[in-house]
Amino acid sequence: MSDRKIRILLAKPGLDGHDRGARVLARCFRDAGFEVIYTGCHQTPEQIASVALQEDVDVVGLSCLSGAHKYLFPQVAKLLQDEGATDITVIGGGIIPEKDMPALYEAGLKGIFTPGATLDSLVEWINTNITPKG
Amino acid sequence: MFTKELLDQSSLLRKKWEDEVKKIVAKYPDQKERWTTVSDLEIKRIYGPEDIKDMDFEKDIAYPGQFPYLRGNQPTGYRGKYWTFRMFSGMGTAVETNKRWHYLLTTGQTGLSTAFDFPTLMGYDTDSPKAKGECGKCGVAIDTIEDFADLIKGVPLDKITTSMTINPPATALWAMYCASAELQGIPLTKIGGTIQNDMLKEFIAQKTLMCPPEPSVKLISDTIEFGTKYVPKWNTISISGYHIREAGATAVQELAFTLRDGMEYVEDAIRRKGLHVDQFAPRLSFFFNSHIDFFEEIAKLRAARRIWAKAMRERYNSQDPRSWWMRFHTQTAGCSLTAQQPYNNVVRTATEALAAVLGGTQSLHTNSLDEVLCLPSDHAVQIALRTQQLIAEETGVANTIDPLAGSYFVEALTNEMEEKAWEYIHKIDDMGGMVAAIEKGFPQMEISDAAYKFQQQIDAQEKIMIGVNKYIEEDEQVDIPFLEIDDSVEAEQLERLAAVKRKRDGRKLAECLKDLAKACKKGDNVMPYCIEAVKNYATVQEICDVYREVYGEYRDPGIY
Repeated sequence: MSDRKIRILLAKPGLDGHDRGARVLARCFRDAGFEVIYTGCHQTPEQIASVALQEDVDVVGLSCLSGAHKYLFPQVAKLLQDEGATDITVIGGGIIPEKDMPALYEAGLKGIFTPGATLDSLVEWINTNITPKG
Repeated sequence: MFTKELLDQSSLLRKKWEDEVKKIVAKYPDQKERWTTVSDLEIKRIYGPEDIKDMDFEKDIAYPGQFPYLRGNQPTGYRGKYWTFRMFSGMGTAVETNKRWHYLLTTGQTGLSTAFDFPTLMGYDTDSPKAKGECGKCGVAIDTIEDFADLIKGVPLDKITTSMTINPPATALWAMYCASAELQGIPLTKIGGTIQNDMLKEFIAQKTLMCPPEPSVKLISDTIEFGTKYVPKWNTISISGYHIREAGATAVQELAFTLRDGMEYVEDAIRRKGLHVDQFAPRLSFFFNSHIDFFEEIAKLRAARRIWAKAMRERYNSQDPRSWWMRFHTQTAGCSLTAQQPYNNVVRTATEALAAVLGGTQSLHTNSLDEVLCLPSDHAVQIALRTQQLIAEETGVANTIDPLAGSYFVEALTNEMEEKAWEYIHKIDDMGGMVAAIEKGFPQMEISDAAYKFQQQIDAQEKIMIGVNKYIEEDEQVDIPFLEIDDSVEAEQLERLAAVKRKRDGRKLAECLKDLAKACKKGDNVMPYCIEAVKNYATVQEICDVYREVYGEYRDPGIY
């Protein structure tokens, strides 16, 4: 059993600056005992993948409210896959229409969280689905 | 404000009332312990004369059109003119947006308001790698003056005013508007409108970022100076609280940070440009949120007028009453709407709009029921616009000016909001001003604290959002039409942009951009150079890249 805490990278890909959700989650995850890295706004998928690998995180949480998730989320997942980072789980949230979700899951996302999700439900999901790297 | 006799009477009757309350709650306790506004401000069970007894009628309340303008800037109120029905709008290409704009005008809106897409907001062109996937998704894509011409087709620039929600690239977009007017033979003295152009709140909340605070404020003072000299009917800034509130701030924080931002701009224009406050202050405008707590918002807006009037006269020695009037646009709160049971949003928007009107707004945008999910459909936006028209024509609230004046509760709450706002304002003064406070992370952390607290309260059901944490519909099927911006919009826009780049005089343009860079380095006013550049088909990004080059780029520090 690992003593290592779950490490989460919270990131805002693309040009969207609506960061209230990401920042609330950063605090929530910190209070829940995870190690949190928050990139701030305006990260390219390349920058996010790079930080994720550098920081050796368990989870990458992407937040996008501008409608550009269809390109950005799969792009991050792809870049991580290209680097062989199969042990990094990618999840996303923001304004994501239901009909866009299958494509995101297909691209490799493991969870999508939309308006109304509670803080507890997210913490629970992570604790249930993520094992910190050894 | 009241006679001793009245206060004695009230004291007596209040004691009787309190005794009754005690008896009742002993048997039937209140439903909950704390009764608060959405900002978590505690509200008392009752308000009476004693809550406002120290007010001075002449100094604190007076009449509309009288300092400190608590009851409104204009003596005649809405009887003279309703607030402007100004719907924030933009989608896909300029041609598509122009269509929606004409729909809104024929549906009865009285002013235009532009929503740009993220590449435009951030000063990137559609062909920038950073723009991939973003073109037209949340607003209109504008790369060059050609797009702009499509946007304003059929719009009489000398008869209608247009607001543009644009911040770091504001000089570029305003240059396109001015250049377009000139090309149509309309003198700049005749055009009216607003550019949001408020960078301080970007660092605090909205986060469309480009250059560091100092040069950002410089560019704003350039626009203020240019407007003062050449475009007298233009509001060169819309000092905003809307986004500060959407980021999670309380009503008091929204009020305080917005007004203190305004003060920072006033001080910069005076110091940097040597302008006298009354040369430009009449053209400063503001932009507030109207959130779900009805009375808190009314009190906030009334307090805003009184604080600003006092600040202008006492802090800045302004002599012209037109400088003392706080003029503002309001938007109903996007963050109060829910994705669940979206038709409820019609009701939320309606009460929020009503609060804005009772708060005396000059201009109003009402959100559509589907805006949590997508850009508004024609039908949803019609309902939102009708909401305003209904309030104006059917409810009777426009019959009389500032109807809630004299209410013990509303006046007490207005006083409380003002008092608490001044505390923040002075605190920021002590930090060395708003730029200094931003560099310390102060407003950002206040907002983070408030946003986190609110989310915890929602999760604990201490604060309610119907459909989200109470009166939930399990397995809800949301059945409203979703307006979608097709991915083909990006391809279309890329072609348009490529065509403009092919046909323009590259050499002339390069000269224009060089001149702009020189002006930036010398500290000259950039506006004439921007106008010249856009006439030569400079793109939004080409202008902004000059700023990035000269002033440096600012990175969001990721404070939480």
